[in-house]
Amino acid sequence: MNKIIQEIKKSVLSALWLMILTFPIMVIKVNSYEGVVLWRWKNLMWIGIGTFFLSWLWRFLLDRKENGPGESKPDADRDGKFSLRKALGERKVKIPTLAVLAILVLAFPFMVKFYQVGIMTSALMFVILGLGLNIVIGYGGLLHLGYAAFYAMGAYTYGLMYLYWGLPFWAALPLGAVSGAVFGIVIGVPVLRLRGDYLAIVTLAFGEISRLLLENMSGFTKGPEGIAQIPRPGFFVKLSLQGATTYLFYICIVLVLFAIFVIRRLEDSRIGRALEAMKEDDIAAQSMGIDLAKTKLITFALGAVWAGMVGVVLAAKTTYINPGSFTLMESVMILVAVVLGGTGSIPGVILGAFLVTLIPEYFRALADYRMLMFGVALVVMSIFRPQGIIPRVRKRYLVGEDKS
Amino acid sequence: MLKLDNIKTYYGNIQALKGISLEVKKGEIICLIGANGAGKSTTLMSISGIEPPRSGSIFLEGIDITGMPAHQIVTMGLSQVPEGRRIFPQLSVLENLDMGAYLRRDKEEQKRDLEYVFDLFPILSQRRNQSGGTLSGGEQQMLAISRALMAKPRILLMDEPSLGLAPIIVQQIFGIITRINKEQGTTIFLVEQNANQALKIADRGYVLQNGMIVKSDTSSALMADEEVKNAYLGV
Repeated sequence: MNKIIQEIKKSVLSALWLMILTFPIMVIKVNSYEGVVLWRWKNLMWIGIGTFFLSWLWRFLLDRKENGPGESKPDADRDGKFSLRKALGERKVKIPTLAVLAILVLAFPFMVKFYQVGIMTSALMFVILGLGLNIVIGYGGLLHLGYAAFYAMGAYTYGLMYLYWGLPFWAALPLGAVSGAVFGIVIGVPVLRLRGDYLAIVTLAFGEISRLLLENMSGFTKGPEGIAQIPRPGFFVKLSLQGATTYLFYICIVLVLFAIFVIRRLEDSRIGRALEAMKEDDIAAQSMGIDLAKTKLITFALGAVWAGMVGVVLAAKTTYINPGSFTLMESVMILVAVVLGGTGSIPGVILGAFLVTLIPEYFRALADYRMLMFGVALVVMSIFRPQGIIPRVRKRYLVGEDKS
Repeated sequence: MLKLDNIKTYYGNIQALKGISLEVKKGEIICLIGANGAGKSTTLMSISGIEPPRSGSIFLEGIDITGMPAHQIVTMGLSQVPEGRRIFPQLSVLENLDMGAYLRRDKEEQKRDLEYVFDLFPILSQRRNQSGGTLSGGEQQMLAISRALMAKPRILLMDEPSLGLAPIIVQQIFGIITRINKEQGTTIFLVEQNANQALKIADRGYVLQNGMIVKSDTSSALMADEEVKNAYLGV
């Protein structure tokens, strides 16, 4: 009984707090035309009631998280239960699943409206961006907030090279990757000694500086007006808009597969081990003989390569680029995709990227509130599932009898 | 083996080491004792290249390693057990050890060395698949020592291996340090606050005070010294 009274007290307090906080925007409305103030007391009531119950629910969930609905079971005990991850790991299930998925993906452009193909291509581009940023953040443990600069680098590589030399898409794609990597190293050098928050701030600044440079070097980059009429890739002959979009969709699929392949190889490699050590403890990593400077630069370069390639694809897809497409917001959205999905986890990042791009696309009505939604999602996630929707499962090699 | 000549190290404007000279001969156990803030850890970090000295020079087997990056010094056969252990918490015990052998490519010999550290610390063998972060303090220290050994160093630097450990574990660890020195012929340079224990196993010792070496002698002489007794041994 005492506990219930306490709970009610807490909820009433949070309700009161939010009522006061939102009073100016939710209650007062000035009708400047008639010169009167509308007092919308009803809103206040709803906020009060809503907060009262939601805060109760919130605390209930928190409590459940802390104490669990009974015993929380360690991973080893889950053997008996059905686990999706485990089922997918078995050959019998894995191969048919992959086959169905492959057919679905290949047939996708012919099953849906042309408009959907465009959206899906954008989502796939975001997937690649997420996978790239994931190398820097998930594996290297370096918080990078200026990732859009690498993206811009790729897009402008194609844009400018087409503008000045008439370079085609297929020549620009590898060049975009190279220029992304080079830019990654160039940015990496001055931030070698930084870590954590300082690194985040400096990379953020670099991202903005790059954008401002693109905006202000009007003679060279055409400034804010951007570069227009960049050609879409042709398939031996010039493709129609529809054909080119479908073609880009397949290119993106190949790039996604390529990225997944490279990242998985990376995880098992010597560099992967060095990254792991650097993320865990950089001083100890140094004492193991790991060259921190080199490893950090490799991380930046490996992350930037993907952004560079996606940048080229973006330029080809929209046929128009300007610095406005590479703002801090873009970097933040990629970061949200990575963190939401699961830092360091490939399926997680893919899911995160799809969520971040497709939800605002298909729920147009909510588009205005999307920042609010992502904010809420991140707060909720960081409390209830900080490791992401699909957390990373680190491969471990086990030796000896106790293969727990 | 290792020679420091008038090392001066700064943190910003603060001078931590005011000209340190010392020498470690091959096969010796040398300990550096001193109070909190005397500059013991800084000395180690200067040697291993993590906090390079502003002036003076460091020679490892006759080669000048002053200002060399830390990862390169490791390749020259110097390995260190850093202060506060600094094991990789998310990696398993085995992966931690594997990371210690990062620079080596001789798989067969690595296996033999792995057997050796498991022989030194059987508990690690039992916990080989457990995450490093879930080990107890003493086990983590054992892991840190083992990890450093996996690099097959000719000289091993240890920063306060007894820090925060139960007396019985401290004794065990010091016993093992002597064993490593005897069996592997590894030269050991030990930094300790626990002067009593450290001097018992060391051949010679240096006393560090406010960034300067104030005394150096054989262990038995230091243990008999009145000043050292009063200040560091607490007898």
